[in-house]
Amino acid sequence: MTALPETGPPGTELPGTGPGQDGPGDLQAHFEQTLDRGRRIEPRDWMPDAYRSSMIRQIAQHAHSEIIGMQPEGNWITRAPSLRRKAILIAKVQDEAGHGMYLYSAAETLGADRADLTDKLVHGRQKYSSIFNYPTLTYADVGVIGWLVDGAAICNQVPLCRSSYGPYARAMVRICKEESFHQRQGYELLMTMMRGTTAQRAMVQDATNRFWWPSLMMFGPPDDQSPNTAQSMAWGIKRHTNDELRQRFVDMTVPQAEKLGVSLPDPDLKWNAERGHYDFGSVDWDEFMAVVKGNGPCNTQRIARRKAADDQGAWVREAAASYAAKRRAGEEAA
Amino acid sequence: MEEPQVRSGWPLYEVFLRAKRGLNHVHVGSLHAADSQMALHHARDLYTRRNEGISIWVVAARDITASSPDEKDPFFAPSGDKVYRHPTFYEIPDDVPHM
Repeated sequence: MTALPETGPPGTELPGTGPGQDGPGDLQAHFEQTLDRGRRIEPRDWMPDAYRSSMIRQIAQHAHSEIIGMQPEGNWITRAPSLRRKAILIAKVQDEAGHGMYLYSAAETLGADRADLTDKLVHGRQKYSSIFNYPTLTYADVGVIGWLVDGAAICNQVPLCRSSYGPYARAMVRICKEESFHQRQGYELLMTMMRGTTAQRAMVQDATNRFWWPSLMMFGPPDDQSPNTAQSMAWGIKRHTNDELRQRFVDMTVPQAEKLGVSLPDPDLKWNAERGHYDFGSVDWDEFMAVVKGNGPCNTQRIARRKAADDQGAWVREAAASYAAKRRAGEEAA
Repeated sequence: MEEPQVRSGWPLYEVFLRAKRGLNHVHVGSLHAADSQMALHHARDLYTRRNEGISIWVVAARDITASSPDEKDPFFAPSGDKVYRHPTFYEIPDDVPHM
């Protein structure tokens, strides 16, 4: 990774490279002062290498999750039960692609190259959210993903609208607005199924059972096993700990499950009046680690699909580039 | 400074949107495209899925010239010491109407 921002418009000196610039100590102090004042870091500001690389990793992982996240739901587009549901699902999957693009765009302001990020994804050098390594077995999964998975994503993402890195925060504002549609369409889909046949209600319950624990895993390991949290909070690239957000999600979701008429698969889940929160059972972190390490039900399939799409699109990218070059040459000659 | 080239060789475009009549175009993000027409189409698909804009500008990132990012940039010094450009610089008694 380069230490200098590459994507700022050319024609100006980079910070720290021109004559009479501040020394590194001053730059560091200025960076910290900007954070202390609650101001945003912008692309061409000086920033510590570790901040830059953490930010690229966070944004890339998020972008990859959006792109891989198109697959589990895309799986049901051709089999959506009505034209209305199909149109909604297409719009939602298009949004996921859009979110990925906003995020790759933000990552590029830090000097990353999106083709390089895709390479890292398909070669397993960068990760994506482990939730997308679970299969979507029935149409109810589409609803449960909207309700639980997008619900958890919203919990995670709303605080990121205040990320200290400007382009990421701005991308998150757009994304959060659109995620609200995702969650609501999922919940509405489930309400419709719950008003249906016994078999449909059973499908909703089954999908809820399968996605509940993986949704809780989306917030990451418990605080005492999350070594980077302190630094990330100091840099303002993380605003709440994993456990805080997980608790918030549980508190939000339990009444929604009651209203829907499904049970959540956790015998230890109960209201704790003293804490003012729901208590819940412990997550199977061995399963989480196994999925993160590539041994989830769909890891291989997800990456193979992404790689195939990238490979199969290569000739289109090349053809468009040579067509554009030819046209440019024609215009210059004329 | 070299523009980073993606594998495909598609250059980077910055995207500006006018949300509605009466407002300026505002920068919303960037994308890659083979040429400016494609950039415009991609910008429509990516940044106006929900009526966010009625007009789009795309500008090749390599064509943008920018000031230094430093907040203490001497480039902006000329406006720093000209407080008399602001209306609050002038003491006017409170009882002067419509001022």
